[in-house]
Formats: sequence, C-alpha cells, structure tokens
Amino acid sequence: MSEEYLIECKNLTAGYEGQAVVKDLSFTVSQGDYLCIVGENGSGKSTLMKTLLGLKSPQSGEIVFGGGLKQTEIGYLPQQTAAQKDFPATVREVVLSGCLGRRGFHPFYTKADKTLCDSNIELLGIKHIAHKSYRDLSGGQQQRVLLARALCATKKLLLLDEPVSGLDPMVTAEMYEIIARLNREQGVTVIMISHDLQGALRYGSRILHLESGAYYFGTTDEYRSTDIFHAMSTCDCHCDCDHHVKRADNTDKGGTDNA
Amino acid sequence: MLEMLQYDFLVRALVVGLLVSLCAALLGVSLVLKRYSMIGDGLSHVGFGALAIASAMNLAPLYVSFPVVMIAAFILLKISSNGKIKGDAAIALLSSSALAIGAAVISQTSGTTDINSYMFGSIMAISNDDLILSVICSVIVIVLFVLFYNKIFAVTFDESFSKATGVRAGLYNTVIALLTALTVVVGMRIMGALLISSLIIFPALTSMRVFRSFKSVTVCSAVVSAVCYIIGMEITYNLDLPAGASVVLANLGMFLLFSAAGLITKRVRK
Repeated sequence: MSEEYLIECKNLTAGYEGQAVVKDLSFTVSQGDYLCIVGENGSGKSTLMKTLLGLKSPQSGEIVFGGGLKQTEIGYLPQQTAAQKDFPATVREVVLSGCLGRRGFHPFYTKADKTLCDSNIELLGIKHIAHKSYRDLSGGQQQRVLLARALCATKKLLLLDEPVSGLDPMVTAEMYEIIARLNREQGVTVIMISHDLQGALRYGSRILHLESGAYYFGTTDEYRSTDIFHAMSTCDCHCDCDHHVKRADNTDKGGTDNA
Repeated sequence: MLEMLQYDFLVRALVVGLLVSLCAALLGVSLVLKRYSMIGDGLSHVGFGALAIASAMNLAPLYVSFPVVMIAAFILLKISSNGKIKGDAAIALLSSSALAIGAAVISQTSGTTDINSYMFGSIMAISNDDLILSVICSVIVIVLFVLFYNKIFAVTFDESFSKATGVRAGLYNTVIALLTALTVVVGMRIMGALLISSLIIFPALTSMRVFRSFKSVTVCSAVVSAVCYIIGMEITYNLDLPAGASVVLANLGMFLLFSAAGLITKRVRK
C-alpha cells in the first residue's frame, strides 16, 4: 500500500441479525475525497453508514482508519428526528454539543471548545441566528446548524446522511455549495449518502453505488460510463421494474480506480 | 407559611418535597424531550407495589423500593430503547401489574386506608430516617445532573450523533433512568404513586411554553417546580387536601398560566 487511506474498508459484510445487507464490500477513502454513496432504499446505505460510525459492528471484514483518524472523529450529520422539531435549544447550545465527544468525562466546555464553536458558527454563516431557538429555524438553517456541530467534532471527515432531503431546490443548491466549499477550502473529506444522483454526479469526486448484493466503486467520470449508471439515470422512478432488478447482475464489481 | 414550620412533620415534608421537586423537574426536561415521560409513570407504579410489599413484610419501605424501582428503571429503559417491542404497551402492562400486586397485598394486610395514602400521598409519611436518606439521594441526583448536564443535553438532543462522536449515550441514558428511579422512590411517599410522575412532566412542559433554550427551560423547570410545591403545601395545610393532589393542581394552574403567556409572546413576536 503506497498511500495511507483515511478509511479502508476491506471485504466488509454488515447487516441485521445475521441477514447481510452489505456483502463483501471494499473501498477506500483518501484525504480530500468527496465520496457519494448512492443506491436505492434497502441497498444498505444506512447499514454501511452505521458500521462506519461504529454504531454497528461488522459481521465480517474490517474497516481500518488511517491518517490519524479515529472512529469518533467522524463529523456526522444525521437525518433529523421528529423529537428535534420542537426541541428548546439555542443554535449555540446545539453547535457546542459537537465538542463533547472529545471531552471524555470532563463535565464542562473549555474556552477552546467555545472558540471552536463560534468559529464554526461564523464559517457556516449562522452567526445572526446563534441565539435563536433551533425549533424556530427553517429546514436549511437547521441543516447548517447540524453541519456546524459536525465540524466541532471533526476537522478531517464529514459523513452526511441525505443532507438535502426535504429541502427546496434553492436551499439544496446552497447546501451543496457549502459542503463543496468545506471540501475545497477547509480540506475536509466528505462522505455523503444521497438519493439525489444529479447532485452526487455534480459534486462528488467518487461514487460508491450500492445494490443488493453488489456494488460499484470508482471515480465519478468512470461511473458515468457504466451500465449501472445508465440504468439509474434513464429510469428515475425508484420502482422495482425490470430495469432496476436486472441491473444487479451486470454490476461492474470493484471498480478499477485505486490511485 | 411560618405557622406551618411549627410542626416537625411539615418541615420534613417541606424539605424532602422541595428537593424532590427540584430533582424531578431537572430530570423531567430530558425525559419529556426524549419521549420517555411514561418511564416516570411506570416507575411510580412499580414503587407502589414495592412499598406495599415492604410494609406487609415489616421492612423499611425505602430500602425495599430503591432496588426494586432501580431494576424496573433498567428494564423500562431497555423496553423503550428497543424499537421492536411496543414500548408504551409494555410499560402499561408492567405498571398496571405492579399496581395490582400492591393493591392486593395492602388489602390483605393493612386495609384500604393505606391505599389512599400510598396512591395520593401524605405529608405525614416522612420519618426522621427517611428525611436523611431523602436528602442524601436528592443531593446525589442534583450533583450528578449538574456534572452531566452537557452530556445529558447532547444525548437528549441527538443520541446517534452523540454515540457516533464517542459520547457514551447508553451510560448517560442509564444514569438518567437510575436518577429518575431515586427521585420517584423518594417523592412517592409525599406525592403518592399516582401523582409523582406529574412532578416530572409538568414543570418541563410548563417551561417549554415560554422558554426556548435548553438552559432556560431547565432552570425555569426547577424554579416552577419548587414554587408549585410550596403553593401546594399551603393548599394542603389550609384546605386539608391530599398533598399530592394540591401540588398537581398548583402545577396545572402554572401550566395554564405559562400556556397563556406563551401564546401572547408568540403573537407579539409576529
């Protein structure tokens, strides 16, 4: 291995109660990558994400963290839960809580935590709403707040779980720009799970396409020339028509790109 | 108020009650926001069963109910966090079973007058030993809550994010459940098994009508809870109502007041 990967996933199998959802999956993430994980519902995106985060242990295979990255240093942007919709908390309280993972048993925030929190608030352009209540914000603003919190937990890697779902087109474009900027300017590696193939193609440098039992991993450009992509982009109906079912058979497994 | 302080048992009830109100209000914010309100209710019923059995066997009530309710807290938390079983139904089963066992045991031993005091509370229930134990427990709850405040916030707001970034969410959930068990057991004698859960739920809901940050909701809950307890005690003393009922009524009044205030401020903001 000539290069140290941030994440190297080797022959990973993961799933629920003996049922493997993700089978024999291998891929790597290097510093500065923008990896988009696409695939239909049930293809194992969330399972893979939970395994990456350590919320689930793999059934076989392993995930190796390199480049000084610890599993708990992944800045995670989860999907919002119903309980958060009416949660009384200020933006600053939420963002600060991103610093907690590193604190161990230390009960209170340090000055460094607060500085980090404020700089991330500034970075994401939410300073004017820092003292507002989370529940009074729009969907796009809430996502920015959660992104700022994720940045408090990491400087290296963001793992975004469908960051634009439920946002209107304008706000979606804004959100993509923010993520791209963090990737470009702050050098943050991004792993994004997405249903939005267009966005994934436009912004991602690499694609991991999951199918039940198979997968494709490679650069975005290579992905465009695969059968799996053509099938996906001509049929956008999220159904179980022939198109989608057949595709699993001719999946180009593994990908060629390892540079 | 001053007149009340002439009676030792009233002073004891006031001290223990105030401490319990504080603890319940603090924990309540997290429990309500996590949609775990029913845990407090379930625990109080289990506590009722444990109390009944303890008095039937002539054992010190608190020493029996502490371990029993703590084990129940553990089980309830597991049920609630395990999505597969219908959590609310399971809690209802557990609490009504415990209630039935308690009622059966009491009717066989000491008769129905005790059921009344267990269910709705009594300010005469606190002995000197209970007072000391209650104060110790309340102090433990308050100190742990303050130390874990930031983590409790993080785990309440977003459990999966906390877990993913290395906060031991399971541990803090257990801490919250055990502290709730302590609070319920200590408070049950004054408030009664049926009404103690309102001490957990009401102040948090009341504060959320008006306040919009976690810190202000927490602080306000503690204050509201303490004030309502004192008002409740006044009502009990002057009108000879059951202690638990008066405190809950005071809380209800405060809730309505805050709801109105919340509506008005919302109008003004717009």
